[in-house]
Amino acid sequence: MFRNNYDNDAVTFSPQGRIFQVEYAQEAVKQGSVVVGLVNKTHAVLVGLKRNAEELSSYQKKIIEVDSHMGVAIAGLASDARVLSNYMKQQCLGSRMTYGRPLPVNRIVSQIADRAQTNTQQYGKRPYGVGLLVAGMDEAGPHLFEFQPSGMTQEMLACAIGARSQMARTYLERNLDKLEESSRDELITHGLRALKETLSQDKELTVDNTSVGVVGLADSGKVESFKLYEGQQLLPLFEALDKSDASETKDEETMEVDS
Amino acid sequence: MNHFPGTWGRPRDDVYGPYDSSYLQTTGPKTHTQSPAVTGTSVIAVKFKGGVAIAADNLASYGSLARFTDVKRLRKFGDAAVIGFSGDVSDMQYIDRLLESIDIRENYSAHGNQLNAKNLHTYLSKVLYKRRSDFNPLWNHILVAGFDSEKKPFLSSADLLGTTFSAPHLATGFGAHLAIPILRRLFPEERSIEEISKEEAVSALKDCLKVLWYRDARSMDKYSLALITQDGIEVHEDQQIEAQNWAFAESIKGYGAQTV
Repeated sequence: MFRNNYDNDAVTFSPQGRIFQVEYAQEAVKQGSVVVGLVNKTHAVLVGLKRNAEELSSYQKKIIEVDSHMGVAIAGLASDARVLSNYMKQQCLGSRMTYGRPLPVNRIVSQIADRAQTNTQQYGKRPYGVGLLVAGMDEAGPHLFEFQPSGMTQEMLACAIGARSQMARTYLERNLDKLEESSRDELITHGLRALKETLSQDKELTVDNTSVGVVGLADSGKVESFKLYEGQQLLPLFEALDKSDASETKDEETMEVDS
Repeated sequence: MNHFPGTWGRPRDDVYGPYDSSYLQTTGPKTHTQSPAVTGTSVIAVKFKGGVAIAADNLASYGSLARFTDVKRLRKFGDAAVIGFSGDVSDMQYIDRLLESIDIRENYSAHGNQLNAKNLHTYLSKVLYKRRSDFNPLWNHILVAGFDSEKKPFLSSADLLGTTFSAPHLATGFGAHLAIPILRRLFPEERSIEEISKEEAVSALKDCLKVLWYRDARSMDKYSLALITQDGIEVHEDQQIEAQNWAFAESIKGYGAQTV
């Protein structure tokens, strides 16, 4: 009668040692639209592709500012992401209230990881159906963390989660050495280009469907607060992308002439 | 002595009249947490070029009795700060346990994110304010010395009400009356901290401690002094006030059994 007897709750192992509910939750992340995150020595950047449920509706938010030093990009169930990001906002405010300091990024990431893991080990609970990329800045510099519904977190140099994110990951892997040495604006351009790689033939990046979030260390040595670029604010970023695309194709042409 | 412990140590009824047993309070709210018992007196501190110096004597008094003579009232928090406590000693030990547990928690996942003196001061002031709002205050006046997030010398105070105050030099308890005027004369407002050397700050603190030892009846001539600089924290415990000169005492008139 049942195709699978071991996926009715999140606390039962299958004989093969798998927990299907957790794997299904990770599937929800893969269904979500793609988000990309990347860091260099001074900045952490989040880039996301927004989806609209229907032609006449608004686009679902992909990047949420948690605190002035931190933001998250979401892939999966947006409502679960809201719960997590509200919790993160509260914890960050709590830290600013009691200690007068921004909460270290790894600290809040391990807190949400603990919450998510609890959901995979208690009867009657379900895992969060969302993956997060957490970008933030603390005394140790810029950080990017990947969070999964299983409660697994990892610090990353560059990462992409969501639908067709493999294309973006391939781009990031190929350009990893360029990322580290890049400037703030170049890092954003790399993020946009990685996002572009994931698009299907008939789609392109527009001011409506793209979100960019940046946080890092300003030239003054102070923390540059989390900045979310949406709508018309994206135009300069797209221009920089086009310009760097143009110079790249020119490079390729000259190379062809050379050979 | 009789067999009623309730009367032990109390004035005899036949000599002094019936004892007012309403003080015994067999029922009713707990009140012993609302006043200090064993107390430490002043803590004094001065900012100087590149750091902060802080000092307090080693005495814990029980009322006017000099009860404990080797109490360390300056507590180190990691490599980040020194906290000087005046007021109730048991409350100091409680706060010290709080700080200890924070230090352990913070060091599990340090990642280069250490709490600095300013963070600690914010935290302690919230603890003190919370407890006063519960009508169960921690009976302390504390000074926190160290560095802020911009690596500038930091010195600030918090009292049992959670009130905070910051200045280039601070003193609690009797020192607020006796040491502050001396420090203000030595380091007037128009003199920047950059002009104050470590040696000058230390000698100023020693002068203040001496005056306090002369004039504060709850003080002692054994003290601790801590120096917080970018190189780390030096704590000198069991120091002795030197070059004491009690000649001035001859000219003091008007107290005690003097007849002239």
